[in-house]
Amino acid sequence: MAYSLIPEEVLEHVFSFLSSDRDRNSVSSVCKSWYEIERWCRRRIFIGNCYSVSAEMVTRRFPEVREVEIKGKPHFADFNLVPEGWGGYVKPWIRVMSGAYPLLEEMKLKRMVVTDECLDLISRSFNNFKVLVLTSCEGFTTHGLASIAANCRNLRELDLRESEVEDLSGHWLSHFPDNCTSLVSLNISCLGSEVSFSALERLVTRCPNLRTLRLNRAVPLDKLPNLLQRAPQLVELGTGACSAEIRSDIFSNLTEAFLACKKLRALSGFWDVVPAYLPAMYPVCSGITSLNLSYAIVQSPDLGKLVSQCINLQRLWVLDYIEDTGLEALSLSCKDLQELRVFPSDPFGAEPNVSLTEKGLVSVSEGCPKLQSVLYFCHQMSNAALITIAKNRPNLIRFRLCIIEPHAPDYLTLGPLDTGFGAIVENCKELRRLSLSGLLTDRVFEYIGTHAKKLEMLSIAFAGDSDLGLHHVLSGCESLRKLEIRDCPFGDKALLANAAKLETMRSLWMSSCSVSFGACKLLGKKLPGLNVEVIDERGHPGSRPESCPVEKLYIYRTVGGQRVDTPDFVWTMEKEEEVLLTE
Amino acid sequence: MENYEANGLNLKATELRLGLPGTGNEQQQQDQYSSSSSSHQQNVKNNYNNNNKRSSSEIASSCDDEQQQQHDDGAPLAKAQVVGWPPVRSYRKNVLEKKNPESSMFLKVSMDGAPYLRKIDLKFYNNYFDLLKGLENMFKCTIGVYSEREGYNGSEHVPTYEDKDGDWMLVGDVPWDMFVTSCKRLRIMKASEAKGLVSPL
Repeated sequence: MAYSLIPEEVLEHVFSFLSSDRDRNSVSSVCKSWYEIERWCRRRIFIGNCYSVSAEMVTRRFPEVREVEIKGKPHFADFNLVPEGWGGYVKPWIRVMSGAYPLLEEMKLKRMVVTDECLDLISRSFNNFKVLVLTSCEGFTTHGLASIAANCRNLRELDLRESEVEDLSGHWLSHFPDNCTSLVSLNISCLGSEVSFSALERLVTRCPNLRTLRLNRAVPLDKLPNLLQRAPQLVELGTGACSAEIRSDIFSNLTEAFLACKKLRALSGFWDVVPAYLPAMYPVCSGITSLNLSYAIVQSPDLGKLVSQCINLQRLWVLDYIEDTGLEALSLSCKDLQELRVFPSDPFGAEPNVSLTEKGLVSVSEGCPKLQSVLYFCHQMSNAALITIAKNRPNLIRFRLCIIEPHAPDYLTLGPLDTGFGAIVENCKELRRLSLSGLLTDRVFEYIGTHAKKLEMLSIAFAGDSDLGLHHVLSGCESLRKLEIRDCPFGDKALLANAAKLETMRSLWMSSCSVSFGACKLLGKKLPGLNVEVIDERGHPGSRPESCPVEKLYIYRTVGGQRVDTPDFVWTMEKEEEVLLTE
Repeated sequence: MENYEANGLNLKATELRLGLPGTGNEQQQQDQYSSSSSSHQQNVKNNYNNNNKRSSSEIASSCDDEQQQQHDDGAPLAKAQVVGWPPVRSYRKNVLEKKNPESSMFLKVSMDGAPYLRKIDLKFYNNYFDLLKGLENMFKCTIGVYSEREGYNGSEHVPTYEDKDGDWMLVGDVPWDMFVTSCKRLRIMKASEAKGLVSPL
């Protein structure tokens, strides 16, 4: 009762200190008046699945939002498992927000389809628009970027992380007006063709607060010193192509330019890098905390030399050219390392082309006490190595292992890798994300269900023997939010028996498994809180027996009802209308 | 194979049934479903391997028949590509394709005075500078900088190569791409012996 004596303004002020969505959701559940106060002062919205709620519902409940983050396609879309045209369109959101949120400042989109029309609408609808981040998006061209550049007077961030942009012309950059001086962050690394260099140079010169500049491959190395001289305050730099004929003047210009960048903390780019130029960066290495060498096709000794200079390194992304020897050097020099990602240089080669094995990862797990996040592609693994890694690093939060050959056994025992992954989940009690690979039976899922209580996201491929595996996961993993499965012998039984679990998760993806059309229909009918999508490019699943497995299945919880934009190869299972009407 | 009841997977206890609500056929359809699903389960591995999904059949061929995954001369076939596996983003694949369009290109390298020859993979280098630096590292020698007029004047060692016609040429004269396709072997000569190759123009 005392709560009603606290004035609204005070409550609102208190709530303004709550930034986490979970806290805000809790606050709004306390009572009606708190719900009302909270919804009027919520400034930031995160929508993990664009189909879980409609734009109208969001803007109705939260009228004063300034920052929006929306995700579209499921994660497996990154690997071409979601057919073209599935969905994830941002247009309806922008249309609604252009009316409801004239003061919108930030929009961050991931795996969504964004058209030039959308970008144009954004640039004209929000006078105070400051931040646009498009991660793994597609559907737009450089014309759309020109609209953003031309019309967003106060633009601070334009970040096109890994998006697919149709490159029609490099002149879009010239559309930034001469009086635009507000840029803080510019990431155009995903663009294929040349941007107008003089426009880029002028832009960099007139933006004194620029701290992040990630160039695209087409910016040649000999031009890099020009840019760096104009922006010595840079904190994050992505180079363009790092190859040039070797000339001592280029080298000395580069070294001098880097020497002047005393605040540099992150480096990326390095396309086509010529090892001879790497020493130009040695002067800044001791300050570097984040290094992305995943495009650098360079031999291990050169990589090792560069990396061991970066004694304060926290994040390293690198190709497997670093080899076990390079990783050992890393483990000895970089004691602050928190995140390691090793990508495959030759993912489709029949034989390993480099000497990178489980030993490299074991060294890093031994030498780097703060290591918490791992993504590792390799050709061989053993239970012994996984057990060692688990014992060395119980503080792991993300562990994604990709043994390149599906069903690859423990190379020492030729048995499954169940106990190895079991050790990971048993020892790493804070594990939130796990990706499995190699030869795995239902047993590994028993371990996961028993121990992985904080696990939020699980990726499974070519694993398991039966529905029991899936049952262990669905019944045991209390914190599970996202589950994605491909090519596993999981069928109807586990899904149906754990149907209620699906309403506690954001989404479930299953492709090339054994879930029947009949089971999908049943799930759709009985669980009104879910959209059950059958994705099948062979034609209507009704034209085949009900027991026939569907190609792909995507189930997600929603309060927005059925999608209205499904293409002709997606069917949302009908909900039981009678039940809904009688309530 | 699995005892679902013992493991808590008790279908009967759940509310879910296949079949339309209100029909008397529920039990019958349930049994039909169970029998078809258990045989379905038993067949699942077969279906999984034999169905028309490109990915599954490719997995069957690439993994279950390891013995047959070789050419007659014992060289391994490239793995059949499965959609979306390994899980590498397409923009990463493109970066590497430019570098590795074909397999390696190993060449013999001899150095005057060295007891044995070495081999290098020419595909690993982007340009002359990389190659020469690589050779310098490998043989612990200095080769210096190329110039069109002077060749490697002033260096202790001079890099030469045998081309397709069997002629011994100075490394650096022709564009890199042309060099890569015409080079058959390399020889690092002592400068004193290389005088004949540096033609004062």
